[in-house]
Amino acid sequence: MTKTSFLTRSEAVGLAILALIIFVAFPVMLDDFRLNLFGKYLSYAFVAIGLVLCWGAGGILSLGQGVFFGLGGYCMAMFLKLEASTPEATAIQSTPGIPDFMDWNQISALPIWWQPFNSFAFTLIAIFVVPAAFAFVIGYAMFRRRVSGVYFAIITQAIAAIATILIVGQQGYTGGVNGITDLRTLMGWDIRPDGAKTVLYFVNAILLFGCLVVAMAIRKSKFGRVLVAMRDAEDRVRFSGYDVASFKIFIFCVGAMMAAVGGAMFTLQVGFMSPTIVGIVPSIEMVIFCAVGGRHSLMGAVYGALLVNWAKTTFSESFPELWLFGLGALFIAVVMAFPNGLAGLFDDYIKPRLRGWRQTPATAPQPAE
Amino acid sequence: MADQKKVPISPISRRAILAGGAALGASLFLPKGLRAQDFPTDQINTTGLAVTDDTVQVGILHSISGTMSISETGSVQAEKLAIEQINAQGGVLGRKIETIQEDGASDWPTFAEKARKLLVNDKVASVMGCWTSASRKAVLPVFEQHNGMLYYPTFYEGLEESPNVIYTGQEATQQIIAGLDWVAREKGAESFYLLGSDYIWPRTSNKIARKHIEDKLGGKVVGEEYYPLGHTQFNSVINKIRLKKPDVIYAIVVGGSNVAFYKQLKAAGIDMTEEAPLLLTISVTEDEIRGIGGENIEGAYACMKYFQSLENENNQEFVAAFKEMWGDDMVIGDVTQAAYLGPWLWKAAVEKAGSFDVDKVREASPGIELASAPEGYVKIHENHHLWSKTRVGHALADGQYEVVFETADLVEPDPFPEGYQ
Repeated sequence: MTKTSFLTRSEAVGLAILALIIFVAFPVMLDDFRLNLFGKYLSYAFVAIGLVLCWGAGGILSLGQGVFFGLGGYCMAMFLKLEASTPEATAIQSTPGIPDFMDWNQISALPIWWQPFNSFAFTLIAIFVVPAAFAFVIGYAMFRRRVSGVYFAIITQAIAAIATILIVGQQGYTGGVNGITDLRTLMGWDIRPDGAKTVLYFVNAILLFGCLVVAMAIRKSKFGRVLVAMRDAEDRVRFSGYDVASFKIFIFCVGAMMAAVGGAMFTLQVGFMSPTIVGIVPSIEMVIFCAVGGRHSLMGAVYGALLVNWAKTTFSESFPELWLFGLGALFIAVVMAFPNGLAGLFDDYIKPRLRGWRQTPATAPQPAE
Repeated sequence: MADQKKVPISPISRRAILAGGAALGASLFLPKGLRAQDFPTDQINTTGLAVTDDTVQVGILHSISGTMSISETGSVQAEKLAIEQINAQGGVLGRKIETIQEDGASDWPTFAEKARKLLVNDKVASVMGCWTSASRKAVLPVFEQHNGMLYYPTFYEGLEESPNVIYTGQEATQQIIAGLDWVAREKGAESFYLLGSDYIWPRTSNKIARKHIEDKLGGKVVGEEYYPLGHTQFNSVINKIRLKKPDVIYAIVVGGSNVAFYKQLKAAGIDMTEEAPLLLTISVTEDEIRGIGGENIEGAYACMKYFQSLENENNQEFVAAFKEMWGDDMVIGDVTQAAYLGPWLWKAAVEKAGSFDVDKVREASPGIELASAPEGYVKIHENHHLWSKTRVGHALADGQYEVVFETADLVEPDPFPEGYQ
C-alpha cells in the first residue's frame, strides 16, 4: 500500500476554502438572523457527513438518520428544559419544578430517567452514548443477520416512523407533538439573544470541522479502505477473513453519533426539539442533502446541506405558494444531470480546468445501487 | 362614511347606525376619516416597524404546504379578506396594509424560522398566524424575544397567556362547559364516553370535560381513550361504546382520523340521528365535514363558537364576501371566522392606541370590542382571549350545522381554570 499523507493538497485547499466560507464569509456577509439560519443548516451537515461515511463509503443507506439527530437533540433539550423549569418559573403549575408539558399531562413527579439530565456532564455523554448504543443494537440485529441494501433502508425508515409515534404517544414524558419547547438558558447563559446565537454558530462550525477531520481520517485509514471494499464486493471481503458485520456496525454508530451532535446543536440554535425532525420525511431530506452534495464527498455533504436548506428558505420566502415545486425541480435536476451531486459536478467540469491540480484518487468505481 | 357601499362588511354594524349618534360616538369603529398625515410616521412608530407614510406591513404565517395546509388555508383566506376590506376602508391610521406571507410548511422549526424572519428582517407590525398548538409553542419564544404580536385563531387547550399573543379562538373551558351543560340539561345525559386524538388539546379538553361531568353535573365517565394522530381503526372503541352504552360519545378526534371514525361509526350501525348514544364533538367544523361527508355525520352535535349558518347580518355579509372572494363552494368553519377577527382586532387596537408600537397595541387591546364580528359581538379580555358566546350545532346531511343552542351571555375566557387542573 502506498503511503499517503493525511491530507492531499487538493483536500487541504478544499478544507481551507470551506473554512474561509464558514468562518469568515458567512459571519461578515450575513446579518444575525441569516447567520443563525445558516447555523441551523450546518447542524444538518453533521448528519450528511455521517451519511457520506455510511452510504457513500460503506454502502449502508440509512433512511432513519433523523432518529439519531433527534436523540441528540432530545438529550440536549431535556437538559435545557429542566434548567428552564425551576420551581419559581413554574409556580403556576399543579406541581412546580417539573417541565410544563408533564404538568399538563397529570404527571406529578419527574420520571427517573429524566433525572440524570439535570447534569450537563451526563447530558454531553448521553448525546454520544445514547445514539451510539441505539445504533449498535440496530446494527447488531441487522448486520449480523446480513440484512443490507434496500432491506436495511426500509427497516431504518420503519424505525424513524416508530420513533415518531413513540414520542408523540408518550407526550407526558416527551412533550408529544409539540416537542420540548421554550428553552432559555444553558448553564445560566441565555441562548436566545443574537450575541449568543453568533457564539453558537461558531461552536457549531468548529464541531463541524472536527467531525470533518475525523471523517477524513476514517476514510483515509485502513478501515476506510475496507469499508469501500465492502461496499463494492462484500462477499470477497468476507471471504478474505474480515468480519464485515463489525465494520458496518462501527461505521453506523459513528454516523449516528455525528447526527446526534448535529441534533444537539440544532436544539441549541433553534430553541426547541420536536418529533417533526425525527420522522421519515426529515430523515429522507437528510439523505437528499447528502445526495445533492455528492455521497462520496465529505465536503460535498456540507455544501449539499447548505445549498438545499438555503434553497428551501429562499424559494419559500420568494414563492410561498410554489416553492415546493422549485425544490422538487432542484432534486430532479441533480439526480438526472449530476448523479454524484455537487462534488461530481466539480470533479467533472471544474477540476479539469484548474491547472496544476494534482490528481487525487477520489473514489473508485461506483457501487451498483 | 361616504364610500362604504362597496365594502362588503361595514365596520359599523347597521344596528349601530340605527342606534343613533350616542352609540356611534361610543363605537370604536367610527370611521374618523383617519388620514395618514394626521399621524406622522415618526410618532406612531417609535420602534422601527415597517410603517411608512402610506403603508404598514403585516405578516401572515400559516402552512400552505404539508399536512396542515388543508386546515390552514381557510385561515389565510379569511385574513386576506379582512385585510382587503380594511384597506378598502382606508387602512389602519390611514395606511394600507401590505401582507408578507410565509409558509410554515406544517413543520414547527420552519414556523420558528419564518416568525423570526417576519419580526427581525421584515419588521412587520403584527402577525396573523399559526394553527396547531405545536406551531404556536414553536414561535412563542420568538415573539416574546423580539416583542411581536401574534393573532392566533384556533380553539385550543388554554394553559397559556402570553403578552405577545391575542387568542381569537376559544380556550378549552369556553368551548366545553356550555356544551356539556346543554347536553345534560336538554338531553338528560348522565354517562359519557370520552375519546380523542392523542395530543395536548384533546387530552386537556377531556380532562376539563371529566372534571365538569363528575364534579358539576354529577354524571359519570364510562370510558376515556386516545388514538395516535392519523389513526384509522376505530372498530375496537366502537365495540366498547356499544357495550358500555353511554348517553353521550364525546369525541375530539382531529384531522384525517375523523373520516375513518365517523364512517366506521355509521357502518357499525350507530345512527347518530337516533341520539342513542348522542355524539357531541368539539373538533369537527364545516371544513372537516367536507372530508367526512355530511351523510356520515348527520345527527351529530358540535359545540363551538361559530357556525357558517349563523343568522345575523354580520355573518350573512361575511359569508357572501368570503364566497365572492374565494369561490361559491367554500365552507367556513369556526377557526376561519376566528382568523377573520385577527386583522380587525389589531386595527381597532392600533387606532385606539394611536400607534403601531407593539407595547402600546398590547396596552390598548384589553377591552377592545368588535360589534361587526360574524359570530356577533366579541371583546378582548385582560388575559388576551375573547369573550364570546358558545353555540351547539346539529349536523345536517348537507354538511352544514343548524344552530340549536347559544349561551345567553358571552362566556368569560379562563385559560387557567381553577378546579379543572
